[in-house]
Amino acid sequence: MDRRLTLPTLAAATTVVALAIAAPWLKFVFTVALAKGLAVLGILLLLRAGQVSFGHALYIAVGAYTVAFLRPAIGEVLLLLPLAATAGTIVGFAVGLFVARYRDIFFGMLNLAFSMVFYSLLEKLYAYTKGTDGIRVPRPTIGGVTLDPVAYEWAVLVGTLALALTLGWLVSRFLASPLGQALPAIKTRETRLEFAGISAKRVLLVAYVASAALAGLGGGIIACTTLHVTPLLSYWTHSGELVFIAILGGAGSVLGPFLGAAVYELVRVYAAAAFPDAWQMILGAVLLVIILFAARGLWGMYEDLVLRKDRRA
Amino acid sequence: MTAPLLSARGLKIAFGGVKAADGIDLDIAPGEFVAIIGPNGAGKTTFINMTTGYLRPHSGHIHFDGAEITGRPPRSIVRRGIARSFQIPQLFTEHTVIENVALKVAAHGRFWRPFRPLLDAGTAAAAMRLLEQFGLAGVATARATELNEGTRKLTDIAMAMALRPRLLLMDEPTSGVASAEKFGIMDTLVAALRAERVTAVFVEHDMEVVERYADRVAVWSQGKILASGPPAAVLSDPAVLREVIGVETGHAHA
Repeated sequence: MDRRLTLPTLAAATTVVALAIAAPWLKFVFTVALAKGLAVLGILLLLRAGQVSFGHALYIAVGAYTVAFLRPAIGEVLLLLPLAATAGTIVGFAVGLFVARYRDIFFGMLNLAFSMVFYSLLEKLYAYTKGTDGIRVPRPTIGGVTLDPVAYEWAVLVGTLALALTLGWLVSRFLASPLGQALPAIKTRETRLEFAGISAKRVLLVAYVASAALAGLGGGIIACTTLHVTPLLSYWTHSGELVFIAILGGAGSVLGPFLGAAVYELVRVYAAAAFPDAWQMILGAVLLVIILFAARGLWGMYEDLVLRKDRRA
Repeated sequence: MTAPLLSARGLKIAFGGVKAADGIDLDIAPGEFVAIIGPNGAGKTTFINMTTGYLRPHSGHIHFDGAEITGRPPRSIVRRGIARSFQIPQLFTEHTVIENVALKVAAHGRFWRPFRPLLDAGTAAAAMRLLEQFGLAGVATARATELNEGTRKLTDIAMAMALRPRLLLMDEPTSGVASAEKFGIMDTLVAALRAERVTAVFVEHDMEVVERYADRVAVWSQGKILASGPPAAVLSDPAVLREVIGVETGHAHA
């Protein structure tokens, strides 16, 4: 792992906790941001291979609905979240076997199609999903303990922060491995990988399944935080949101997704409060500025300003 | 005579009406360094593409070390010990030179280890050894996009050698290289092949290079092998001169 990440990581984690102490309602915002950050971490894996998925909200919904469906039987966060990640992994493997054969616009659109099929199923199968009403998730226990709402929110936030740190570290290790380094090789010279005896499809499938697992886990956390799931979780605009956050944060580092997600959620919450009719325009303008003036995202800006790295991506 | 390492029999393939292979028979003995020459469009690269699994011949058979490899996918053929380099170097442009080679070293060995760094001690040492062999140690940390053509060619070949092949197929290792550099590149290349005991076939347009380095030369013409033998004999054959050299001198080859 890049040692230069240690300090900003610790600073960011401390900031999240400090802000959540100062403004209690931010606990919710940061938990959802970190959960989305986990899903965007998965998007980053695919971006390294030059592939953009416009359907990863599918796995957030799979994770969230896994929690919602299992909640009557299982009332424990420490069981529900691994199960959400497992469900993401299984669905990701099944869909991945198919989409890992495709590249670029076909890859992006096939993912979109799968997510919208799932959205329709969630909406139409009212008997199981309660359609657009969604499913309420009674607050589960954590480690067998029934917590009051404030303690519960704290526990989920700190737990999610710990997961983000651990998984961010694991993903940065993965990206430095031969497998992770083969991802940009898919982008630049896929045939050469084949002539090295490596299946590019299999490499992409591994990244895809990992990304689905991360998004499934993120979805499970979202369900445990909002305590209510609806088909909208799988809607294509939410997939677009993940890509938006990935570009906003920057794909150059595993910190980018979390930085992007935190800024995105904060801008969204404050812009929506201050300009109820124009907040989407503000988000659009922010993205436009990022793309035009800082194509490597917020992390790229940090690198340029603080680390003064002259390396161009 | 020892059994051939590579044996092609009756290879045929056509693109539209053009016969790129029209009954190719060729044996490559272990340890040989064979040049393939011939005018553009004669089917030289097609032969490499068929041997490495990129193209499937319409008919005919290819055996490698006694086993049939005809029509097998590139990955399977690579694992059996055939590697190739490219006329236009195919480098991973987001990686440095050592990473390019290390990816190939890892591909041959410990690739599916998701949490071990690519440049761990073993892989980095193996990659560095290859870079030294190819005189590339000085550019190890340069990006693949920053190199001149000769260095790109050598990197491309070093990447193929990183797979520890028994047979290496090279498509014009000196094309696009400044003529002052070409013998240097070939000297480095031949020394590396000898040191690793790799049998090699190379497509070449430069007759000076062919005469100086090849053990044997095979002349391609319109999908057929016109002649095959020691360079001195083949390159003085009037039919070959007319077919290959004649066309070559009329063709502006930089």
